[in-house]
Amino acid sequence: MTLVDLRQRSGLLFAALTIAHIILISTQVTTARGVPLLESAVFGLFAEVQRGTTAALGGVGHIWGDYVALQGVRHDNAVLRDEMSRLQVAIQQERALAAQTRSLQQMLDLQQGTPLRTLAATIIGGGASPEFRTVTIDRGTAHGLRQDLAAIAPEGVVGRLILPGLRASKVQLLIDRNAAAGALIERSRAQGIVMGTGTDRLRMDYVASAADVRLGDRVVTSGIDGIYPKGFLIGQIESLGRGTGAYRDVVIRPAVEFSSLEGVLVVVPPPAGAFKAPE
Amino acid sequence: MKFLRIALAVALALALQTTLARFMVRGTAAVDLVLVVVVYAALTGGPVAGMLAGSIGGLVQDGLSSGVIGISGLAKSMVGFLAGMIGQQFIVTAALPRLVMFVGATLVHAIIFMGLYMLLGLRSFSSPLAAAFGQAAGNAVVGMIAFTIIEALPGMIERRKVSRPRK
Repeated sequence: MTLVDLRQRSGLLFAALTIAHIILISTQVTTARGVPLLESAVFGLFAEVQRGTTAALGGVGHIWGDYVALQGVRHDNAVLRDEMSRLQVAIQQERALAAQTRSLQQMLDLQQGTPLRTLAATIIGGGASPEFRTVTIDRGTAHGLRQDLAAIAPEGVVGRLILPGLRASKVQLLIDRNAAAGALIERSRAQGIVMGTGTDRLRMDYVASAADVRLGDRVVTSGIDGIYPKGFLIGQIESLGRGTGAYRDVVIRPAVEFSSLEGVLVVVPPPAGAFKAPE
Repeated sequence: MKFLRIALAVALALALQTTLARFMVRGTAAVDLVLVVVVYAALTGGPVAGMLAGSIGGLVQDGLSSGVIGISGLAKSMVGFLAGMIGQQFIVTAALPRLVMFVGATLVHAIIFMGLYMLLGLRSFSSPLAAAFGQAAGNAVVGMIAFTIIEALPGMIERRKVSRPRK
């Protein structure tokens, strides 16, 4: 009966016999590393099983983690996007605040460093027409301001008050087509008048052909106009021309970056009686 | 009963093999009588018989030699199984198919036997092909003779019985 069964299951018997032989061989043979072949083969086989199991589990984990478990990710993603947008806005606000603080600090330094009495003002608006280069500041007559006061910035001269209101004033920038200021070349003391051109450059008129003028010379206020205090930086000479007649053509690059102005210091005249005439 | 006959045949082959080995040319065993018995058992008894014959004969051969016990057993059991399967599927009663079977079985045995030894780094064979083909030829000749004798033996005995004068 047993023999009949064996005959019917010859493949099974063959496999069993083969395995038995292999085990028998393995117990007698050692590998080049001195490890018994059976141990090495079993370990190698089991290691492959472990590798396969780990890979399978990893695959399942990958599928689970990357697909199945991502059901709530769309919602999370939307929430995070909103959060990110909110944070970006907050960062921009912080940056703006930091820049504003820096600007105010510079103005404070200027205010403390200059013997002039100044009033800090914040720019609250730009010009209504592109033909006129003006800005609006948040200080007016209520704060002691009046027409033709100079507005300066840490970098240099900004302009003058042309229309003071009660709580706000309009400042004509120096680059306005109708603006002008008495100026001199800091190095050679050659004098002239700086005129606005309506562009981002200034023109210095009435500079004598014989004057000692060079490219890159600093141009400062001369104070002869009665508006701008003497010695404040207007800009640097960017180009020089022969001009016509007795004067040269001088183009100045303003020291102030008008497009990024945030605040100005208005030079306030001393109160009446503050200066006493020498006896 | 059949198992017993197989065991006896294997034992006889082993006895002959160990006796005749010293007469072989340059000490090279050109004939593997155990393998011949295995193929015979497989062709006549099927894969199980061939496999058992191969396993037992091979293990005993391994035990009697200085090699690794199991390698010859594995090789012969595989050959016995394969030969038995082929014998069941095809008609292997003519001389030529039997010759091919012996040659093929010897070559497969040589491949497994030498391959395992070389794979395990236990032994190297200087000219494995020549040894395999030489043994294949020897086994084929011995096997064919054995088949002829065994198949002719019952008839011869019967004829001698018939031709013996009655007293």
